[in-house]
Amino acid sequence: MVDFGGWDMPVHYGSQIDEHHAVRRFAGVFDVSHMCVVDLGGERVRPFLSYLVANDVGKLKLPGKALYSCLLDERGGVLDDLIIYYLSEQFFRLVVNAGTRDKDLAWIRAHAARFGVEVTERADLAMLAVQGPGARRLVEGLLPASPADPGAREAVMALTPFSARAIGDWFVARTGYTGEDGFEIMLPASGAEPLWVALNAREVRSCGLGARDTLRLEAGMNLYGNDMGETTNPLESGLAWTVAFEPAGRDFVGRAALEAIRGRGVAQKLVGLLLEERGVLRSHQKVVVPDVGEGEVTSGTFSPTLEKSIALARVPAATGERVQVDIRGKLLAARVVKPPFVRHGKILVS
Amino acid sequence: MSQIPADLKYAKSHEWVKPLADGTVEIGISDHAQSALGDLVFVEVPAVGRTLAAGEACAVVESVKAASDVYSPLAGTVTAANGELASAPELINQDPYGGGWLIRLKPVDSGAIDALLSATDYEAQLQAEGA
Repeated sequence: MVDFGGWDMPVHYGSQIDEHHAVRRFAGVFDVSHMCVVDLGGERVRPFLSYLVANDVGKLKLPGKALYSCLLDERGGVLDDLIIYYLSEQFFRLVVNAGTRDKDLAWIRAHAARFGVEVTERADLAMLAVQGPGARRLVEGLLPASPADPGAREAVMALTPFSARAIGDWFVARTGYTGEDGFEIMLPASGAEPLWVALNAREVRSCGLGARDTLRLEAGMNLYGNDMGETTNPLESGLAWTVAFEPAGRDFVGRAALEAIRGRGVAQKLVGLLLEERGVLRSHQKVVVPDVGEGEVTSGTFSPTLEKSIALARVPAATGERVQVDIRGKLLAARVVKPPFVRHGKILVS
Repeated sequence: MSQIPADLKYAKSHEWVKPLADGTVEIGISDHAQSALGDLVFVEVPAVGRTLAAGEACAVVESVKAASDVYSPLAGTVTAANGELASAPELINQDPYGGGWLIRLKPVDSGAIDALLSATDYEAQLQAEGA
């Protein structure tokens, strides 16, 4: 067990590598109840979010659609990353990180007042992520009955990637942090244990934080606090795709700072690394880029799928394909690749 | 409960030592240690002929979680290193007291092994650590 943002969480339930493979090959379940669910209500939620986050909630046109974004400060530093679910014009739901909960809630509330938006933390909800090629089919038979909402079960099973729907007192999203298909299910806390047990009975493997980290890293997904944070901006964190500079008239927190940075040229970039020798890349190891400069590994691990070490690293923008990483005083060769390393069970780098 | 064979000696830092018939000793990490580290994915062992002081870091075992040093419980010269671990580090998880051995050492002082922890002492240490 480890402390994670104030929560006692298991690193694994037996074997981290076996849990990792279970998700790539069949299905696993993660208790992600530490994630903080925040509901936003009011008449001006959309204009509020349009100002609050770097991605453009104008992209959310159909109820149920989700959007990944960074929450920036005025300097363009990343306060957190989050998912925004659009449920109706008066109701959006955010899911933010556990370690940034207090900071996020204070920040969101401080800005919400001006828009008359009501901010409600949903600490009453638990969240289970069921991930893997078999995950959705295995959840289907466990969805709650919803007599007042005929067709809800079919609608949940028909959800497109990155969209969500309520069913009974559950909220089911086709999202995840593993690079596999699956659901993230928010439900009353009392329902979490019965669901977990029922999933285990269907051969869905219990998975800990360790497998969650190796799976997300193989999937090329950033971890807040490792790969980006308040001292880095999204443009140098592999997250330029989440910053919507268009439409040009949309003001958002951090916009002016990011435009200035973009104008000067972004000095660093976040890349994937494949270690070509034996060893394990770890965060904070120094990356040496011959004739260019130095960088740093932001997240590193042994990839169970590739059976070699992989990493995300922040390096000078001019970095080409070859770098070296200082592992306990030895410079080992690594190759720069474009994440993701693995998606939907398939290796995407060679 | 982890396994602690009674015929081995132990170091506080979770290595085991097995006296061999030829006067050398075999060294590895305990069942408790491998379990705490989790799935091992990389092992670095010292070169044969290297001289080690007692307590000197002599090998690195890396799990998916973290890298950890292994300390030589005795002073001596490395006479063999387990080459199979290069391609099969999981041997340490599967068989920590057998196929997962790390190095063999010719001790400087053949009596020094007696000062190491007995299985009973090591078990008491694990209990004190709350393991």
